[in-house]
Amino acid sequence: MDFNLSKEYIMLQRMYQEFAETEVKPLAEEVDETEEFPVETVKKLARYGFMGIPFPKEFGGEGGDVLAYAMAVEELSKVCATTGVIVSAHTSLCATPIYEFGTPAQKEKYLVPLAKGEKLGAFGLTEANAGTDASSQQTTADLEGDEYVLNGSKIFITNAGYADTYVVMAMTDKTKGNKGISAFIVEKDTPGFTIGKKEAKMGIRGSATCELIFENCRIPKDNLLGTEGKGFRIAMQTLDGGRIGIASQALGIAAGALEQTVNYVKERKQFGKPIAAFQNTQFQLADMNTKVEAARLLVYKAAVQKQNKMPYSKEAAMAKLYAAEVAMEVTTKAVQLHGGYGYTREYPVERMMRDAKITEIYEGTSEVQKMVIAAHLLK
Amino acid sequence: MKIIVCIKQVPDTNEVKLDPKTGTLIRDGVPSIINPDDKSGLEAALRLKDQKGAHVTVISMGPPQADAALREALAMGVDRAILLTDRAFGGADTWATSTTLAGAIKKMDYDLIITGRQAIDGDTAQVGPQIAEHLNLPQVSYVEGMEVDGQHFIFKRMFEDGYHRIKVKRPCLITTLQEMNEPRYMKVGGIFDAYREKEVEIMTLADIDVNLEHIGLKGSPTKVKKSFTKGVKSAGKVYELAPKEAADLIVDKLKEKFII
Amino acid sequence: MDINAYKGVWVFAEQREGVLQKVSLELLGKGRELAETLGVSVTAVLLGDQVKDLAQELIYFGADEVLLAEDAMLKLYSTEPYTKVFSRLVKERKPEIVLFGATALGRDLAPRVSARVHTGLTADCTSLDIDEETKNLLQTRPAFGGNIMATIICPDFRPQMSTVRPGVMIKLERDESRQGEIITCPTDLEPADMNVEIIEVVKETKEKINIEDASVLVSGGRGLSNKENFVILDGLAKQLKGIVSGSRAVVDAGWIERDRQVGQTGKTVRPGLYVACGISGAIQHLAGMEESDYIVAINKNASAPIFDVADLGIIGDVNKIVPALEEALKQAKLKEA
Repeated sequence: MDFNLSKEYIMLQRMYQEFAETEVKPLAEEVDETEEFPVETVKKLARYGFMGIPFPKEFGGEGGDVLAYAMAVEELSKVCATTGVIVSAHTSLCATPIYEFGTPAQKEKYLVPLAKGEKLGAFGLTEANAGTDASSQQTTADLEGDEYVLNGSKIFITNAGYADTYVVMAMTDKTKGNKGISAFIVEKDTPGFTIGKKEAKMGIRGSATCELIFENCRIPKDNLLGTEGKGFRIAMQTLDGGRIGIASQALGIAAGALEQTVNYVKERKQFGKPIAAFQNTQFQLADMNTKVEAARLLVYKAAVQKQNKMPYSKEAAMAKLYAAEVAMEVTTKAVQLHGGYGYTREYPVERMMRDAKITEIYEGTSEVQKMVIAAHLLK
Repeated sequence: MKIIVCIKQVPDTNEVKLDPKTGTLIRDGVPSIINPDDKSGLEAALRLKDQKGAHVTVISMGPPQADAALREALAMGVDRAILLTDRAFGGADTWATSTTLAGAIKKMDYDLIITGRQAIDGDTAQVGPQIAEHLNLPQVSYVEGMEVDGQHFIFKRMFEDGYHRIKVKRPCLITTLQEMNEPRYMKVGGIFDAYREKEVEIMTLADIDVNLEHIGLKGSPTKVKKSFTKGVKSAGKVYELAPKEAADLIVDKLKEKFII
Repeated sequence: MDINAYKGVWVFAEQREGVLQKVSLELLGKGRELAETLGVSVTAVLLGDQVKDLAQELIYFGADEVLLAEDAMLKLYSTEPYTKVFSRLVKERKPEIVLFGATALGRDLAPRVSARVHTGLTADCTSLDIDEETKNLLQTRPAFGGNIMATIICPDFRPQMSTVRPGVMIKLERDESRQGEIITCPTDLEPADMNVEIIEVVKETKEKINIEDASVLVSGGRGLSNKENFVILDGLAKQLKGIVSGSRAVVDAGWIERDRQVGQTGKTVRPGLYVACGISGAIQHLAGMEESDYIVAINKNASAPIFDVADLGIIGDVNKIVPALEEALKQAKLKEA
């Protein structure tokens, strides 16, 4: 057992950091302030391979692995959680299910441009009345000749409006409950498919979160992902993997806030000395650092398990549960240690605290993660 | 077109700190990077690869750890990487270094050799021109822009107060300025390739064409007699003076520090 | 190599478009000092086309003799013709020390010559002395990004060659009573020596606006009272060949553009000289500039945190000291010229 990163991961980490510092960090404040999706950043991410890290080269990917991908989301999220979730939703929730369940033709047509970053991906499962209870899907897909006709709507969809390719869940047979759900690949601009209202959010404000509306939206029969009725399984497996991405995002937010705070306490003086000299500061930082490192070990372990094709559902749930809680705790402490300045937008910890909250909610709330972990434990 | 880029792995001198107590350099934990001027030379070469299909070889003389700098160049997209390493090369000054590199390059095919203008750990700006002399090539230093014109290159050669545009026939050697371009990042897949698919070739004394008397410490005309730090930086003195006296004091101090 | 066969101190007299570069005159000053220590003469080597008039000037500034090589091929600087002529003179006349200015030209020519004549070269020296015992040239230069100084010698090869940082050595007063000899040397250049073609010569005076690249920053804070007063920094910056930057407070107040803001929320800078004028030094500001090589702070408040990072602190009214400093710099320059 070796907890050290090998040379290529160290180099990857350095490259991620250089890119994040230079290309992403300078825009983070503006992206948050304006709520504008960082279109140019996504193009740059694509150029350097960020959009296809874990996929083989034959599918346009970088020939990397899940750990390399998780580390990328972590480093991006350290400076800008919006950028982190764009990559995470694209990779884990759209490209990955096509890679894992797609036919050779679907992979050629959809995975290759996604992995190359020529196209951006999104994933549609949640509905107004089907959040944690994903099986209460209202969106339907009816087979008519060579086409499925989609009707219904999805909400809170990350990358919506900017994505070209959507993996969407819909009921092909309402009578069968979970087993009646199927997964489809829907292209943007398909007649009958429109983007609805954009949410105004607390954090990750540059990430586009919108409604997807399907009104007699006709898609080719060939765009069924997997087989009919397999949608729920695809969704659940996809979310298992997605949790590694979100856990990495949460880890990055926490690590970023810690880094900011360490710098700050060395400079900020009160009572004639840097506040780093006070034991309360030191103890807080020690707790923060320990938790960040524990979260990192959980995240990296889940990533390696998935890469090695070992069971990782429980590990991913633990990683996400813990990393999200750590993100919330560490960013809150970071704001506290910054004092009044921490509450202002002059320092990034204020944004980080707002960004952290969503990691306890999306791609399965912390409560769902506990359900998953307990189910594994008690089975 | 074949291009050889010479790179040096250097400590990031921006990250070097002085021990506040002893005034000595703290070298531990200082990251190693590709020298910035060299990296711009590398980027210039890679752009010729992108535009004209140039074949780019990168060569570095240094200890085995310089492998990381060469892998980085591979991850940026160069075709071939060579580490020139041998105990016999150690302790070389610029004369011996340039002789060694020229000895290796002599055996290779090239239309253009690129070196960075100067390395941030030495700031000498000498190795490039000296390689050109050993290989009897035309040189253009302080290059900030380049174009290909048939069998010729046209370089923008900077001076303090302007520039020359200089046309040179292949083969030739240039030294590049960091201002020339913004080097690309490594590509994610490039990093995996650099470690899993590609190789850094090793060249040692046995592989190059060089006179033993002209390399390493022995072949170096210059020797370091001593080195010392400028002293510990701490909060300076504060004076309360009338404007004229204050101004004169500042001028004196700036002169003392060679700032004016 | 019989190093005792090498005698005399040479200075490469850099001229561009018929104008002698100041560093060459500085080197003549230093060259004289070294030559007197060694009991030898100082020779200026002047290459160019129709530059004879400059030879006399070099004598007025301290040269005992001037080696003058004129050729149309030497009109504009080009590496090979210059190297060929200079190297041949070195081989024929065997000087023991050769000094070049560490300019964009000198740093191209000197290494090429050192490689051709096979001798050592030390770059960017800031101090030159003669070792009392060995009579070797002690060449001291900053290394490692300026973090350390190193003294370099070249004991077994001649000449001992250095490039010297402009502005470090002191030139002598011009003295028309100085006598010297001008020796015209053949260049023996052939057309093939011009192995590059200079197709365009462009003059430009660059005005940098990227404060991160500036080597001198004159930075203003709220202590300057108002926008009208803030412009006094322009004159000071001009004298110091630097550019003006500011604290967040003055950027927010609209006294200066945002791209010139120094500090945590602005830019992190690391110039050779940072003059903080009326900046108290909030930590956000200090974080952006404390790595500067030399910091001068002017502030009326003796307990301002800026003094904790300053190398030189002046307690006083910035609105009076800045104009006084501008004037003092002007005077200092007049004295030098």
